[in-house]
Amino acid sequence: MVFESILFKRLEDGINKDTEDQPDFFPDLNLDQVVKAITASRQEEYNIKPFFHIPLHDIDAITYRQEIMGDLENELLFESIKAFSQKMHSIRVYLKLIDKLYYKYNKQGWFLKAVEIYCDAITNLGDALSSFDLKSRGLINFREYVTEYTRSDRFISLQMETNTLKKDLSTVRYCIHIDGSRVRVRQYQSEIDYSAEVEKTFEKFKQGAVKDYRLQYRTDAGMNHVEAKILELVAQLFPEIFSHLDHYCSENAHFLDEKIATFDREVQFYIAYLEFIAIFKQVGLKFCYPEITSTRKEVFNSEGYDLALAYKLIIEKQSVVCNDFYLKDKERIFVVSGPNQGGKTTFARTFGQLHYLASLGCPVPGREARLFLFDRILTHFEKEENIKNLHGKLQDDLVRIHSILDQASSNSIVILNEIFTSTTLKDAIFLSSKVMEKILQLDLLCVWVTFIVELASYNEKTVSVVSTVVPENPAQRTFKIVRKPADGLSFALSIAEKYRLTQDYIRERIKV
Amino acid sequence: MKAFLMFKDRDLNPNPELPPYERDLTQDLELNTLYKAMAMENADLFDVARKVVLSSLNDLDTILYRQNILKDCLKNPSIVRDIYNIAVETIENRRKHHLGSVLFNYPSSILYGSVQLLQYFVEMLKKLKHIADEHANEFESEGFTAFFAMLKKELDDEYFASIQNHLKELQFRDGVLISAELISGNVGDNYVLRKPPDKKGNWMKRILSKKPPVYSFSIHPRDEGGARALSELRDRGINLVANALAQSAEHILSFFNMLRLELSFYIGCLNLYDLLTQIGEPISFPFPVASSERKHTFKGLYDICLALTMKRKVVGNDLNIDNKDLVIVTGANQGGKSTFLRSIGIAQLMMQCGMFVPAEYFCANICGKLFTHYKRKEDVTMKSGKLDEELSRMSDILDHITINSMVLFNESFAATNEREGTEIARQIVSALVEKHIKVLFVTHLYEFAHGFYEKKMENALFLRAERKSEGKRTYRVIEGEPLQTSFGEDLFKKIFGIAN
Repeated sequence: MVFESILFKRLEDGINKDTEDQPDFFPDLNLDQVVKAITASRQEEYNIKPFFHIPLHDIDAITYRQEIMGDLENELLFESIKAFSQKMHSIRVYLKLIDKLYYKYNKQGWFLKAVEIYCDAITNLGDALSSFDLKSRGLINFREYVTEYTRSDRFISLQMETNTLKKDLSTVRYCIHIDGSRVRVRQYQSEIDYSAEVEKTFEKFKQGAVKDYRLQYRTDAGMNHVEAKILELVAQLFPEIFSHLDHYCSENAHFLDEKIATFDREVQFYIAYLEFIAIFKQVGLKFCYPEITSTRKEVFNSEGYDLALAYKLIIEKQSVVCNDFYLKDKERIFVVSGPNQGGKTTFARTFGQLHYLASLGCPVPGREARLFLFDRILTHFEKEENIKNLHGKLQDDLVRIHSILDQASSNSIVILNEIFTSTTLKDAIFLSSKVMEKILQLDLLCVWVTFIVELASYNEKTVSVVSTVVPENPAQRTFKIVRKPADGLSFALSIAEKYRLTQDYIRERIKV
Repeated sequence: MKAFLMFKDRDLNPNPELPPYERDLTQDLELNTLYKAMAMENADLFDVARKVVLSSLNDLDTILYRQNILKDCLKNPSIVRDIYNIAVETIENRRKHHLGSVLFNYPSSILYGSVQLLQYFVEMLKKLKHIADEHANEFESEGFTAFFAMLKKELDDEYFASIQNHLKELQFRDGVLISAELISGNVGDNYVLRKPPDKKGNWMKRILSKKPPVYSFSIHPRDEGGARALSELRDRGINLVANALAQSAEHILSFFNMLRLELSFYIGCLNLYDLLTQIGEPISFPFPVASSERKHTFKGLYDICLALTMKRKVVGNDLNIDNKDLVIVTGANQGGKSTFLRSIGIAQLMMQCGMFVPAEYFCANICGKLFTHYKRKEDVTMKSGKLDEELSRMSDILDHITINSMVLFNESFAATNEREGTEIARQIVSALVEKHIKVLFVTHLYEFAHGFYEKKMENALFLRAERKSEGKRTYRVIEGEPLQTSFGEDLFKKIFGIAN
């Protein structure tokens, strides 16, 4: 198989998608934050965000990436690829520099440097790839491509010529004599180092550490016209070396291999993601390669968490609470209820994030997972409360829900968060039931965060999960979401107990 | 080139780490009176005196090394003051005339300033050399002998000539020759100043040898950017030599600084000697013995601070407290106990920095560290109660104490009732003595003093402020059993003017 792309098994999957915008559900699931954090250090140089905006809909395409990601989890290989990228980066920096420079020999000097780094980068990359037992189809193919390239005559002669020139130039030594405005340039003839001699004369006075009076001269990449003039004369002193350099530069103007350059950009997808998840692994959080299924809806995940929230908590040095979920048999819908600020929304986001990241071919939070190959993720999260326009809000809600149900197929994932809060409970129950019916009909996977406990036990397809509190101190959340019937009361009762305000307590406390 | 007048083999540290308890020492022993006498209004002398006195030496050799140098100074005061003045003048002139001060941080201006400064330094070094040539044979101490020998050896005429030659070359009348290499980007770098080939060489050879190609160009007079670029290039070439020269100037300056610093101590001693001579108080060079021994014998040991303050002769003490670890002093108020304790402390410090001592004869073991623990008038910080404060200071002392140290207690642990104070003091002192730490304790705690007296320890001695009958004090301390009363009654009567 001819190597085409490290991201797409079939090249056409990725073509012309460099400008892809983020999916609509990104803000609801906080995936915009996650992708921003993943790509932060690379976006400007590589524009890799679009890679995170295109979910794959083919299990083999996902596996293709999972294999590569798996290979790259080998730290040594990972570092080699990073070192390669770093060199490619330097080359770009030098090529940009050359554009800005003015004097011929100066430009040629940097061109030589860029090619030198390139040869180095390619050789090292080839060596690195051959020294690992690769498992992924993508990297094995790429290795073949690189090996062939490094054995090509073109590359070998490029490398040899580069080395010769570098060596020759390093032997160039000359003397400048400055007398007023007159400058003479000639070859160096082993004249003695006068500074050393002066230093020796005064050696006996040495008393210990003294100030360093040397002016720190920055050696610029470029040069002024006096330096350029001197360099020109130096070129006359060493005519053979500099005419060779001239010839070399015009011959090798297009030295960069296009496929390798593309690889350099695309592999950033993996590097960025692996570097990102390393932050989580460091505090003991787990990642796993999920089993992707397009047939079974019995999905599960253990020790999962919301990446956006966990990222924030780790920075703040707080601990992260993990949660499990599973659906079995006919179960399709998580109905999440319980006290506020207890992790309900986080649970819903986690479910969505896991599925989305899995569709990119990435390892996902958790110890183990089976996830569904969705066609669409559709979300509706309550937007900021707008008191002035309650009526309008209910209407908006309904319009959105309608459009969601319109787009959804039985392979979609729908995530609803506190809809219908802007109407009476009776209305809300009524509308929710209607929506529930639709969802049940489609048999799709759904997470529904709601205060309407009636939904929790709707039928055999719904699963009630509840956010929990510490029994002795109801004000304290555990951030654990557990399978449990929703009574909507336990939280209020325990608080009442704490303050001795339950019916029994009050009876006791009120003495006749 | 080193002066080495304070240590045989190293410079005096101008900023030694002083003991953390130096404030207590200074206050309790009234050391500032001593420093002031040595300084004669000169802040630098004060500073050096203070640092040297507080940095006690623990090796006999260095103490004797300084004693001998000081003896030379007492013998040749005006020559020593001349050398000191040369050092001071050099330093001051450099400062006053901003010699070598660099306004623009360019190598060319650094080089120019350094050449000027070095020319001045050379003149002053010549003066110093002249004194060495004239007077070296009038000095006997190891320190001064080595110092003068060093000047003669290092600063011969040939050397002065070679410096002059360099200083002339470095004006670059024939331009600057710089070698360079190409680094990445074909940018010139590694600029090294080169000595031009000698023009006087073999002219035949020069004519016959093949001339290598030379290419040249000139900067147009109106090309300001070019002129700037060229002068930067020139600066790069002389960067190292400018640095070398500026550093050499700094080294020579620090030689003068060190000379001034080290001589400051001896000048301070000379000043003090002059004052004591005016008062008519004697001095003598002490005989230090190893810290493991227990020696403390003196004749006419007086409180130098009291003498300097009163500007007259004061009462001295003669005692032999050899082989004692514990000395407890009791007796009359204002009977000279505190003065005695202070004279012990100051003499110890003066001996251990190489000075003479205020006594006709003084022989003592050197002590690891010297501590004072005096009753404070009040708790200045208000943070803790008085006993708290005392115990906390005691605890600080224990943080730093080493074997063979000496602790001077003055009325310590009296901030509580006598029984408790006694018990605290007893436990502390017993432990210290056990650990071979010399303790001198002035106290009114009769129970405490008496308790130790009863033990009849070989290594303990009991002193009393002498009191003649009819209550007259001599301000002397003499050997004697602790007495129950401290004669406060006397004092009361005196102050209230009640006659017997």
